[in-house]
Amino acid sequence: MIYNIPFIAVVAMIFIGLYTVLFKRNVVKIVIGISIIESGVNLFLITLGYREGGVVPIFTGAPADVAANAPGSMVLPVPQALTLTSIVIGVAVLALMLSLIMHIYKKYGTLDVRKIRRLKE
Amino acid sequence: MNWFELITTHSPALIVATPLLAAFLTPLVSRINDTVRNIFVLIMLSITGLLVGILGYDVLTNGIRTYVFGGGSTVVTLPSGLVFHVRIIFEIDAMSIFMVFITIILAIICIVYSLSFMKKEDGLDKYYTVILLLIVSILGMELTGDLFNFFVFLEISCITSCALIAFWVHKGEALEAAFKYIVISSIAALFFLFALGLLYTQYNALNMAAIANAMQANSIQFGLLDRVAFVLIIVSLAMKAGLAPMHMWLTDAYGEAPASVTYIIIGATMASLYGVFRVCFTLYGGIFQTVVISSFSIGWIIVILALVTILIGVIMALIQTDFRRLIAFVAVAEIGYIFLTIGVGLTTLSDPNMIAVGQTAMQGGIFHIINDCLDIGLLFLAAGAVYYATKETSLNEMSGLARKMKYTTIFFLIGLLAVSGIPPMNGFASKLLIYESTYQLNPIISIIAILASIMLLAVFVKVFYSAFLGPKISKFENVKEVPKSMLIGMGVIAGIIIIFGLFPNIVIQYLVEPAANALMSNTQYISAIFGGV
Repeated sequence: MIYNIPFIAVVAMIFIGLYTVLFKRNVVKIVIGISIIESGVNLFLITLGYREGGVVPIFTGAPADVAANAPGSMVLPVPQALTLTSIVIGVAVLALMLSLIMHIYKKYGTLDVRKIRRLKE
Repeated sequence: MNWFELITTHSPALIVATPLLAAFLTPLVSRINDTVRNIFVLIMLSITGLLVGILGYDVLTNGIRTYVFGGGSTVVTLPSGLVFHVRIIFEIDAMSIFMVFITIILAIICIVYSLSFMKKEDGLDKYYTVILLLIVSILGMELTGDLFNFFVFLEISCITSCALIAFWVHKGEALEAAFKYIVISSIAALFFLFALGLLYTQYNALNMAAIANAMQANSIQFGLLDRVAFVLIIVSLAMKAGLAPMHMWLTDAYGEAPASVTYIIIGATMASLYGVFRVCFTLYGGIFQTVVISSFSIGWIIVILALVTILIGVIMALIQTDFRRLIAFVAVAEIGYIFLTIGVGLTTLSDPNMIAVGQTAMQGGIFHIINDCLDIGLLFLAAGAVYYATKETSLNEMSGLARKMKYTTIFFLIGLLAVSGIPPMNGFASKLLIYESTYQLNPIISIIAILASIMLLAVFVKVFYSAFLGPKISKFENVKEVPKSMLIGMGVIAGIIIIFGLFPNIVIQYLVEPAANALMSNTQYISAIFGGV
């Protein structure tokens, strides 16, 4: 059960994020929702890479007897690498969205999605 | 190894690297002056085109090519005998090369067109940088053999497209469209990443060939996680491509972006469609061939969604009054035709008697990808030319433009005939393949498809009449034909449309059929990595 808590958190975060994106009227809150989904997905990737009692996958930094005593205890570095990349991309998207919101506020004078509706049909 | 072999070997990496280098050199080069920058961008893209030609010739004659970044083998074998697919690879088969070929045509024409179209704007060094980055991301999505790599390029395309849609930052509508686009596509990309994580937990690999191989070897075929991952990937890519319930960003973005930007974003949409093809037929192809009921039901779901897309696109196009939004709805309908063939291909994949039908449908769909890019692109460019000359987008305000802009009128006429599938234009050839194959699956599908095509013609007759024919009005007294580079851009596409329409056999034989075959037999794709599976 205790190992499932991160996965429950992942699902909860994704649904909270989706709820925010779908039902909140404020543009900034929508962006926050996307950020929450992103954190959920990142948490998912990190959780995948977790290994109890694992060692850092740096060959020179590992204990000398790791191969003999605890084979397979080295953590696979791929999920961490994926998460790092995804965080960097997320920051870029977040910055772009916030700058767009800034310009939208200048043009429309509001952050309410119900009023930002010049494009109809 | 002489230099030519060296270039051939490294061409997959160079195709992505050349525009990437050009993108970051462009701000520096534009310090000299604008003409030098334009020539620089064109030269770099021509070099990329040349590399695509070299790679394409190699792939079409010698079969699938893999390119391993960092060199060496595609796998790392540990002393304990475990095998890891850790290297990033590019895997290029006939389908990838077909898409890359389209993209590079779009890219070069887009740059030529924007030479005059965007001439009066500020911040052009940034414009060219971002457009080159978008081209890089599209090329990367089409060349890569690695799911995570695909995700990274997907996100690059999302960021750059959004920046380009919002290029006319003084217009509130453009900002609104860009915000819609980035919300939709970043959520889509996040769910793609989630699905990728699901696949990684199951198969310990991110390499598409490795996952497909492991999936076929798996004893529990098509388990719950596989299904969830499949649905998430298809939905997220369909969101990016504009399938029916998720199409609303597409019309806004296409309608509000500058015409040259719209033209290249069509390429990005097609890259997402390529992703759908790749996932359905390469990644999950082996499973769908054996698990009959899944492919059948998924295929039908896609067929129905595609029909809804076609109908929504056509019906909404009928009531539009904005020139570019109207074409954008037609673009939605055309996306529906391509999804229709994906659905038909999936439905028939597991049935040995029907596989030929699926093959024809896939050929039609793949051929329709290039036709859609050219036809819809030409219409958008013509609409952009009208906007450039008149600063007018509402159809109600236009009249008698044919008297002033005769070349644009001719190009628009060619485009509209091609979209509606009138012989001898290229749209006819691909749509005929689609009608033929869908009729054998279920006649109702092809009836709806033909009906929608006729309605498209009706839409465009209305547009053509109200914009280009009709009486002269005094407002357009000083309207002139658009500059040469825009005419050259449109003329080249019109020429390709007519050539493809007159000789569809050649295109199908040398480009489309190898692509369809490469998709239908995913064992080749896998064995290029694993060797003789």
